Amino acid sequence: MDYLNIIILALLVNNVVLAQFLGICPFLGVSGKISTSLGMGGAVVFVMALANLVTYLVYNFILVPLGIEFMQTITFILIIAFLVQVVEIILKKSVPSLYQALGIYLPLITTNCAVLGIALLAIQKNYSLVQSVVYSSATAVGFTFALILMAGIREQLELLGTPKGMKGFPLSLIIAGLLSMAFMGFSGLVK
Amino acid sequence: MSNVSHFTNGLVKSNPTFVLVLGTCPTLAVTTAAINGIGMGAATTFVLVCSNLLIAALKNVIPDKVRIAAFILIIASFVTVVDLVMKAYTPDLYNTLGIFIPLIVVNCIILGRAEAFAQKNSVFPAILDGLGMGIGFTLAITLLASVRELIGNGSIFNVKLVSDNISTFLLFILPPGAFITYGYLIAIMNRLRARYSN
Repeated sequence: MDYLNIIILALLVNNVVLAQFLGICPFLGVSGKISTSLGMGGAVVFVMALANLVTYLVYNFILVPLGIEFMQTITFILIIAFLVQVVEIILKKSVPSLYQALGIYLPLITTNCAVLGIALLAIQKNYSLVQSVVYSSATAVGFTFALILMAGIREQLELLGTPKGMKGFPLSLIIAGLLSMAFMGFSGLVK
Repeated sequence: MSNVSHFTNGLVKSNPTFVLVLGTCPTLAVTTAAINGIGMGAATTFVLVCSNLLIAALKNVIPDKVRIAAFILIIASFVTVVDLVMKAYTPDLYNTLGIFIPLIVVNCIILGRAEAFAQKNSVFPAILDGLGMGIGFTLAITLLASVRELIGNGSIFNVKLVSDNISTFLLFILPPGAFITYGYLIAIMNRLRARYSN
């Protein structure tokens, strides 16, 4: 499978939020403003690519030789939590401006199920190391894309009157449903 | 709070799906058929009860600074147990739920109850809280799954309720249907709660 296929599939056809339902919590929680969506998206791209790189190496060079593949869930969640901490410390020391921008979003990523989900899916799909990193980066960009689309719509909605019972989550979910329907149009783009 | 209210809290008042809106990923992803709702709910309830029990029992041993890491480790262990058991005994359900079984680890309901309830209470109330929240979650996602299965496939629990001549609305089985059904159900629940709380 060539890389362009992986990218289009991950970015549009199987969009992580709108088709695979991973990372719904930050999608509904953080998508109030375009600027915060960009911050969250940036942090996710960074952590997701790094997490897939490390989990691939750990899975293939530690878990498989030892025959303990069933430990992957525990191992992966620990790796992700550890990576988030490390990234936070490094950014704080070396790139304070980026840390300021991503600051509050980094700890939230540990519980973003998209990161763990994509790491597990990449193993399930038998991707090579490069494929796995390309796949996770494209997925994370797809996540950011969905987040920004949603934020743009919600910024406009602030100005409209909505029925009381529909305010908040119900309306956000229905908008997400319509976005998801639009994204279904991409299916068939790649064989 | 009495023991009874620890249990009922999760069923209606703080229902994790309709009131707290936690654990939305599995809620949307696996609810294509009512039976999946029961399966996912049972798996989550098991992990919730076990992790609540263990965390409440160990609350004086776990250092405060590393508590989140310890909670995640405990939860991940029980998820691995569920994962292996389901793989061995219910392979069909295991394949349908797929990646969302290991992803119970990052279900915010479980970590949320560990942090908000289990670490502050003794073992028995923690078990009741886990059971209540788990059953509340199961009922809610089964309701959501039933609505989707009925509209999208004309059946509930694989029992055909609509005649074959009537074409069903397939969209409700597909991803957009999940978002839309969930949105309307929350709106209906909000309305009902507003009416009966007065």
